[in-house]
Parts: sequence; C-alpha cells; structure tokens
Amino acid sequence: MDKIPILKIGHFLMVAIQVDLYDRLALNLEADLVQAVSKTSAKGVLIDISAVSIVDSFMGRILGNIAGMSKVLDADTVIVGMQPAVAITLVELGLPLKGVQTALNVEKGMELLQKKIKIVDEEAFDDDSTLQ
Amino acid sequence: MMIVLSSDTVRIVKELDMVVFRNRLKEFAVKIGMGLVNQTKLITAASELSRNMLRYAGGGVVLIEIINGQRQNGLRVTFTDTGPGIPDIKEAMKDGFSTGKSLGLGLPGAKRLVSDFEIKSTVGKGTTITITKWKNG
Repeated sequence: MDKIPILKIGHFLMVAIQVDLYDRLALNLEADLVQAVSKTSAKGVLIDISAVSIVDSFMGRILGNIAGMSKVLDADTVIVGMQPAVAITLVELGLPLKGVQTALNVEKGMELLQKKIKIVDEEAFDDDSTLQ
Repeated sequence: MMIVLSSDTVRIVKELDMVVFRNRLKEFAVKIGMGLVNQTKLITAASELSRNMLRYAGGGVVLIEIINGQRQNGLRVTFTDTGPGIPDIKEAMKDGFSTGKSLGLGLPGAKRLVSDFEIKSTVGKGTTITITKWKNG
C-alpha cells in the first residue's frame, strides 16, 4: 500500500505529493494528516502539489476537507505549487477551492503560516499584558 | 468527415485502473501534440467519468481514439458500462445534483472541460458517454 510521508518541521506538518493520486490514497492521506495534526499539535499544514498534474472533484474535495478538519483542530492549511493548468481546470470544473489558502511555492507558504502563528502569539501576549 | 487514426481500450474495474487509464490518455494526448492546459482539462474530465463508471456501475470499458476532423486532430474517449443507467439525464447534468455523497460536479463539470459531450443511457441496460477534445479546442 502506497503511503504519502508526513514531515514535521517545527510547528508545521509538511506533505509533498509526488505520486499520482488515486481515491484510496487521497482518503488515507486525509486520515493520516488529521491524526498527525492532533498528535503533534501542529499549528499549520503545508501541502505541496507541484508534482500533481490532475486534481479532479474528488481530490479537490479531499484537499478542502483536510483544510476544514485541520482548522477545527486549530491548524491552518496552505496548499502550494499548484500547476497553472490545474488551476484553470479546477475553476472551469466548478471547484474554485473556496476556503483553502494557497501560496505559489513552499517558501511563500511557510512565510504565510509563520505570519499567522506570529499574529496568534502577539494576540496572546496582548492578552497577558491587559491582565497585569 | 471524421477519421479514426488509432485507438486503444482500457478496462476499469478497480481504483488503480483509473491511474493506468489517465496515464494512457496522457500518452495519446502527448502523441497528437495537445497543449498542457487542454491535456489537463481532458484528463480531469475523463477522471470524473471513469470514477462515475466505477462507483455507480461497478466499472466498464473506455475506448480512446485519435480522430481527425475539423482540420485538426483530437481525442475521442468513450465510456461504456452495463450499470443501472441514469433515469433522468437532465437532472444528472445539473450542477450540484448527486445521488451519491459527491459534490455533483462530475457530469456537468466534465462537460464544461471538453469540446463535445454526448450521453446515452438506458435504465437497466447501461450508460455510454462520449467526450471529444480537439487539439486546439
């Protein structure tokens, strides 16, 4: 059984999808990732799909699910590296991936997640200061 | 006048067959020099239809053909199954309609992605869907 590896980098989880996705594999990834978010209390999930040449409605839905489920577990999801042809196709298919954050590449995706965490940290700090 | 230049059939009975089929279709698309965007649209549409076939009819056969017409080459892909058929095609072609748990984008979405889309279905006999994508269309 194929498995897509999930890497932990600091507060984040990172997944690079390098194989052709089929439905079972995508479903397994969804389950594994949500488990991993809960286990590692990750603050962000970064999914690199630069090697994925086809995203149809099923896989699009899985990506949306991962983002939604992670959000409930207090982690933000960023999808990075979507090929232009895939973006064109997804919108025309009728699946604009609303509610899923995207970035052009891994670097920008990391920046986005780091910024989010920083904002959360600062807010927490502000709360502390008002208590004193 | 439409001429079939070359063809191949792929059986789809399990999920992994979809991957094999998508790769085969990609080879054909590359062979006729189809651009990347059109390739992606065609393969995505084909992926939707092959999943439908697998999910609702337990599988079927796909015929891939390189055709020549309208002064250019194109690919015609025919999905044939002997499943339960679609009782109301008009309803099934509407965005958001699904008898399963999906988003209901399969049929209408696939239609938007290709140049030509034809569907024939008889309840109790099966469904045949033919999609055509021209190299530059």
